[in-house]
Amino acid sequence: MSVIVAENISKKYIIDHQRKTGSSSLRDIVSDTVDKWFSRKHDHSGFAEKEEFWALQDVNFSIDKGDRIGIVGHNGAGKSTLLKILSRITEPTTGQIKIDGRIASLLEVGTGFHPELTGRENIFLNGAILGMSKSEIRESFDAIVDFAGVEKFLDTPVKRYSSGMYVRLGFAIAAHLNPEILIVDEVLAVGDTEFQKKCLGKMRDVSESGRTLLFVSHNLTAIQALCNKSFYFEKGRLIDQGETTHIVTNYLSKVSHKSLEKHWDNIENAPGNDQVRVKSFKLFPEYQDDLNHIDVRTPVNFHFEFWNLVEGAMLNLSMHLYTFTGECIFNVGTQAESFSKGIVTGTCELPGNFLNDGSYVVSMMIVKDTSTVLYNMEEALIFDIEDYRENVTWYGKWPGYIRPQLNFSIRQTEHVVND
Amino acid sequence: MATQHSITIKAGGSEKDYWKDLWLNRQLLWILSKRDISVRYKQTLLGVAWSVLRPLMTMLVMVFVYSYVAKLKPDPGVPYALMVLVGLTIWTFFANTFTQISNSILINSNLVSKVYFPRLLMPLSSVAVGFVDFLITFGIYVVVTAFFRYPISWQIVFLPCFILLTFITSMGFGLFFAVLNVRFRDIGQLIPFLVQVGMYVCPVAYSSRQVEGMWYEKYYNLNPLVGIIDGFRWCLLGDKSYFNPQSLYSTVITSSLILIIALIYFRKKENTFVDHI
Repeated sequence: MSVIVAENISKKYIIDHQRKTGSSSLRDIVSDTVDKWFSRKHDHSGFAEKEEFWALQDVNFSIDKGDRIGIVGHNGAGKSTLLKILSRITEPTTGQIKIDGRIASLLEVGTGFHPELTGRENIFLNGAILGMSKSEIRESFDAIVDFAGVEKFLDTPVKRYSSGMYVRLGFAIAAHLNPEILIVDEVLAVGDTEFQKKCLGKMRDVSESGRTLLFVSHNLTAIQALCNKSFYFEKGRLIDQGETTHIVTNYLSKVSHKSLEKHWDNIENAPGNDQVRVKSFKLFPEYQDDLNHIDVRTPVNFHFEFWNLVEGAMLNLSMHLYTFTGECIFNVGTQAESFSKGIVTGTCELPGNFLNDGSYVVSMMIVKDTSTVLYNMEEALIFDIEDYRENVTWYGKWPGYIRPQLNFSIRQTEHVVND
Repeated sequence: MATQHSITIKAGGSEKDYWKDLWLNRQLLWILSKRDISVRYKQTLLGVAWSVLRPLMTMLVMVFVYSYVAKLKPDPGVPYALMVLVGLTIWTFFANTFTQISNSILINSNLVSKVYFPRLLMPLSSVAVGFVDFLITFGIYVVVTAFFRYPISWQIVFLPCFILLTFITSMGFGLFFAVLNVRFRDIGQLIPFLVQVGMYVCPVAYSSRQVEGMWYEKYYNLNPLVGIIDGFRWCLLGDKSYFNPQSLYSTVITSSLILIIALIYFRKKENTFVDHI
């Protein structure tokens, strides 16, 4: 049985290039209109500065009762717009959606918390805003307080709360909603790891109790764990839907930065100088399980070719690997050797189960006489490593820059003998 | 809730269950009103005393300026202070509710952009604070009446009608401005100005008797607040107070018409508020 049926949903926004603020002032409208009336050249009026933008276009889908739908896509793909329309915060420009069942949306934790009110007052306020009746709130009041762990501060204004307490209280209330359809947007992005764990556990309960769940997240691990079906949005269109594993794989192969290869066939316009010129820099992943994206298990080989233009030059290579945010994870160098004119090739093997998931940037230096940098190719390659986990119940971001598999064991070393 | 709850979302948003939805959300209305009231005087030194001090001081200043300096005449047999206080009571109620309704959507923009409920709840709940203030000012009136030993007249039974009429009028104008306020922030500048000018245009500090027979009386009576203020005075101060029923007709017609138009306008625009906030 379908609980949500969407037909031809589109949403148009007018982007205003002229003005910085979202709302135009009355004066602008008046002067624009006057301009329009009195000038024959309409294209010179202020309206010409406006541009249409379709946040969603011709979206059709139907969701069955008990489905857990993950929604993936780049920023600006229309995911949040869809959630806003489904939660009735804004209306579509065209199309219609039929929804059967009580719907609750959680686009933010602690919506409508008033800083001057106490925790107790805010539980009732927020609960009512999210659509709970007073008796429902009263019934789950103790559970909410317990879940949030704020007993001692119930009668303190929430403006005195730490940000962690604030978020915990907000989530605790939302967690005790009892809708037939639950819409959740990226709430996992906030709070500490402990909180994220609680969050996901609660969402798991929801999905296991047979209710319908719509979940937008950039955390693909969480989506894979919680959702049986997924939608993939790109530029406002629903371009693919189906089994989560299939969609996520498809999505990853498209989003992976494809800067895995650079090459120059012509020595004249290749980067470099009169001593060395770069021919190619390639990355060869040894994909696992028929996947076509790199995950934390995938060994990756780097392959670097350059033309040496000076006979008998003493050269070595030095490679830096950076996180996308610019921290250097390691620097490795080769032995220096003497090369004759021609093509020189360097290779480096990066083992699997070594780097953590994330985006990485590689730079390559060609060094002469182990001291002079002849050429430094910065941001030579950019690649993504996706997350992969087996048999874990924790879906938050794995901490650290590297994720090595070490011989780490646990065993009993002494027994207490009972009498 | 086991009740079957099904909705259709589409452009134009004219949804047949809107009023039922509003009714189902009455608890939220109550809670939002309570929030506005309890937050009002948080972290102030004088607290609720402000609600007493403000109208009292305004009355004293007006009595001094208009009665002693400008020598305005009250209706015969009515103490000027009492006339001003009664006018001020109902005018302040209108001005406060009108201002609060006009700002209600913008003030709650964090809710508008994150969660759905019938948007009409926000202007409705914003009336609460104004109403509490009204009750307090009314209390002052009771004390001042006792001080002047002014008799209570039978017309007082009509008082609720005039309070309702004030509510309708402020809702009509307020809803209209609330919608415009979302789109054009100019409204935020305009409202205090309107309220300030309005107090001189309406018979707050003077009696409408002064206008009687003037060439502009016709136009003067078109102002829906003239009927309200004069009628409110008539209820509390009796026949000695000037009241031209003619002005009441225009009040009822204009106010109801404005409220209906404003409601239609509000309903038409409420589903896209978030796109402009």
